Amino acid sequence: MPAQSLIIETDRGLYCPAGDFYIDAWKSVPRNIITHAHSDHARRGSGRYLAAKDGVRLLQHRMGREAVIDSVEYGQAIDLNGVQVSLHPAGHVLGSSQVRVESKGEIWVISGDYKREMDRTCRRFEVMRCHTFITECTFGLPIFRWMDGARVAEEINAWWRENQAIGRTSILLAYSLGKAQRVLAGLDAGIGPILLHGAVHAMTEAYRESGVELPAAEYASVENAKLHRGKAMVIAPPSAMNSTWARKFSPFSTGVASGWMQVRGFRRRRGADRGFVLSDHVDFPGLLETIEATGAAHIIATHGYTDALVHLMRDRGKQASALQTRFGGEEEEAEETAEMPDGEAVA
Amino acid sequence: MKRFTELYFELDETTRTGEKVEAMARYFREAPRLDAAWAIFVLAGRKIGKAVSSRLLKKWAGEASGHPDWLVDQCHRVVGDLSETISLLVPTHADTDAPLLHEIIEDRVRALSRVTQESQREVVLKTWAQLDTDERLVFHKLLSGNFRVGVSKQLMIRALAEAAGVSTAVMAHRLAGNWMPDEGTMDRLFSPHDPAIASDPGTPYPFMLAHALHEDLPSLGAISDWLIEWKWDGIRAQMIRRAGHTMLWSRGDEMVSGAFPELVHAAMTLAEGTVLDGEIVAWNEETGRPEPFTRLQRRLNRQTVEQTFWPEVPVTFIAFDALEIDGTDVRDRPLIERRALLESSFTSTALLRKSTALEYADWEGISGIMADSRQRGVEGVMLKRVVAPYSPGRPTGAWWKLKVEPYTMDAVMIAAEPGRGRRAGLLTDYTFGVWDAGTLVPITKAYSGLTDAEIVEVDRFARRHTIARHGPVQTIEPLMVFEIGFEAIQSSPRHKSGIALRFPRILRVRKDKKPADADRLETMRALLSQVEAMR
Repeated sequence: MPAQSLIIETDRGLYCPAGDFYIDAWKSVPRNIITHAHSDHARRGSGRYLAAKDGVRLLQHRMGREAVIDSVEYGQAIDLNGVQVSLHPAGHVLGSSQVRVESKGEIWVISGDYKREMDRTCRRFEVMRCHTFITECTFGLPIFRWMDGARVAEEINAWWRENQAIGRTSILLAYSLGKAQRVLAGLDAGIGPILLHGAVHAMTEAYRESGVELPAAEYASVENAKLHRGKAMVIAPPSAMNSTWARKFSPFSTGVASGWMQVRGFRRRRGADRGFVLSDHVDFPGLLETIEATGAAHIIATHGYTDALVHLMRDRGKQASALQTRFGGEEEEAEETAEMPDGEAVA
Repeated sequence: MKRFTELYFELDETTRTGEKVEAMARYFREAPRLDAAWAIFVLAGRKIGKAVSSRLLKKWAGEASGHPDWLVDQCHRVVGDLSETISLLVPTHADTDAPLLHEIIEDRVRALSRVTQESQREVVLKTWAQLDTDERLVFHKLLSGNFRVGVSKQLMIRALAEAAGVSTAVMAHRLAGNWMPDEGTMDRLFSPHDPAIASDPGTPYPFMLAHALHEDLPSLGAISDWLIEWKWDGIRAQMIRRAGHTMLWSRGDEMVSGAFPELVHAAMTLAEGTVLDGEIVAWNEETGRPEPFTRLQRRLNRQTVEQTFWPEVPVTFIAFDALEIDGTDVRDRPLIERRALLESSFTSTALLRKSTALEYADWEGISGIMADSRQRGVEGVMLKRVVAPYSPGRPTGAWWKLKVEPYTMDAVMIAAEPGRGRRAGLLTDYTFGVWDAGTLVPITKAYSGLTDAEIVEVDRFARRHTIARHGPVQTIEPLMVFEIGFEAIQSSPRHKSGIALRFPRILRVRKDKKPADADRLETMRALLSQVEAMR
């Protein structure tokens, strides 16, 4: 990438030399713009943070009380050393943003993690026109096509009813920030009690405090486990799989909600009883559609099947390259880490 | 198709045996009768014939979805299963009702082998448009001619017996022999009557199988309670002589009469109403010993064998059990009685002989003969409880097999490729090399033997040490040494090393060994000449 680029890749993360700020830096930097609160994007230790207002509460929760976080409304432009910066909804989780950077008529958009589908728990993705689009491609292969989230919610509710009918607790494994609340939003509370693992409970409270309405759910305490075993839906982070924690709900059936559940091999390896294809990342058709809609002539692929996307974009006559970021895992380990923030660390 | 697809995924995604049986039994009771008959047919592992090559399917999927070949290939590498990859790539249309399973099999899958490639393409594209992603996967599995879904035939029989309300033995018998699904199939299978012998005189009895013995021999009790015989390395088969017909059925429920006409001819000397259980073995009259199994394989794949081909691979049927004598089913009698019946049922010839019982006063003797099993050309010994009846399936404690220790070598992993199914996306299929003049020559591939945790560890290692890629195959820096076990070794001009191994599998990772400590090709060649000299 030439030195005069608006955004460059450094060993600390994406950097804008003209504006002197970083985006989702993975080391300590003076000014760090955060696209969303997942731990592979939001790291502790930077001087000042900037994030969208919707997600500030979540971020503060993640970064600790001492962290200095400035916030802006979506679409509100600020000036950083003559560079215009604004944040726009990415539809990934509550408060997730794309970062739009403009200088001397040149516009770059950094997508962060994003999805195009409707999700009651966060603002829907907005397409931003730009010259250069840095896009994630976690699920950037044509085998990944999502079905309507409402239908997945129906599947989950049906599974819950089936389990209840044979006296089994339903333990649904979903990342504690974002996925868990999206799943919760789709549950039919009329079926039975909903219990939340500690990590999920903490994040869900932060969602509620941020004004997101969600079905009533209780902390999965030992007493609640005893009381509601065999009937309840329990939402827990993936690490709860095969844990001693889960045993207090015996007998139970496990489900996993993740985009990787699209592929049978990944599904079987997770060893859960059921896999629900539900992702907060953009699917392949959505990825191509988004790229076209931005009008960008230069595509930079990051985080996922970058080689395939670069190849495809070049075939379509666009300028394209791949960026090595430390977000999520590399292609080979993607199924293990891509959607796995450390929500589990939150007590 | 919708209902059968649900069954497929239920079976595919649970490891609980009880749930599998329940899902199958429910399907057999509720599905349309002809659908159920076809489901039983394919779940029993019967072949419906491979209609379209996977290469063509992949090509058409690329065309239908508009994706370039390289992208389809990359998807295949990630998914690890071509049937599934294609099902995920093909465009999904608005909801249409899928055809029934029997329509898919009879009018599509089976019809495809009789039409031109252009018509095949039309049928496949039309079918894709009528199915959803999951149904397409099942359609592709049916098309592949090799339908498997993690259910043993035994388990399917259990479910079917449960659904029909008869014993598994009766159900196993009803399913044996030659049959094709038709409108009458389910009536026949669900019949409340229990004919001792099915109306078709060609029907074999369900085979009795052995468990591998992992315990110490003395734990079996007194040696006098056991009949001990060699474990022959051949094809398990029943020889049937009934109503003027003579037939040979293999354990896979395949009629193998055509491949062994001289044995069928020899069986004509048997009395009417005789069924014998035994092993077809390639035999060397000069040494008086069996030949390697691979010699026998040459005969297997032929439906009819020209007479001139016989002497090249001489075979014999070694009978070890009598199931029917004088038209009477004797399977309920203790082994010792059946053996007596076997002894008096015919006179041994070069083509038709009896397995001899090995006489030992104590278990120590058995350990002794195990050592030279290999030299005798057998796989080990069988231990059969003399009082046990002949029961279908694998009853516990009646028959044990005791196999000889495998040959072993230390070899270096030099290449790896992604596995399939459960192992999709993980590098699990490895190529191993041994040293020849300073370079590593590929000697074998091996897929099995590691634990899940070890697979993940080796996968990580291989990814970190990939030095080149050729399609799905990754060349790995030769650093990791494995102990490989195998059952037999023979020369093979088709392999670079000049050597082919039988049943290679990983015994363990040798972290204590450096690549330089791995075996040399000349050592393997020496083993080969030793083995050849022993024959």
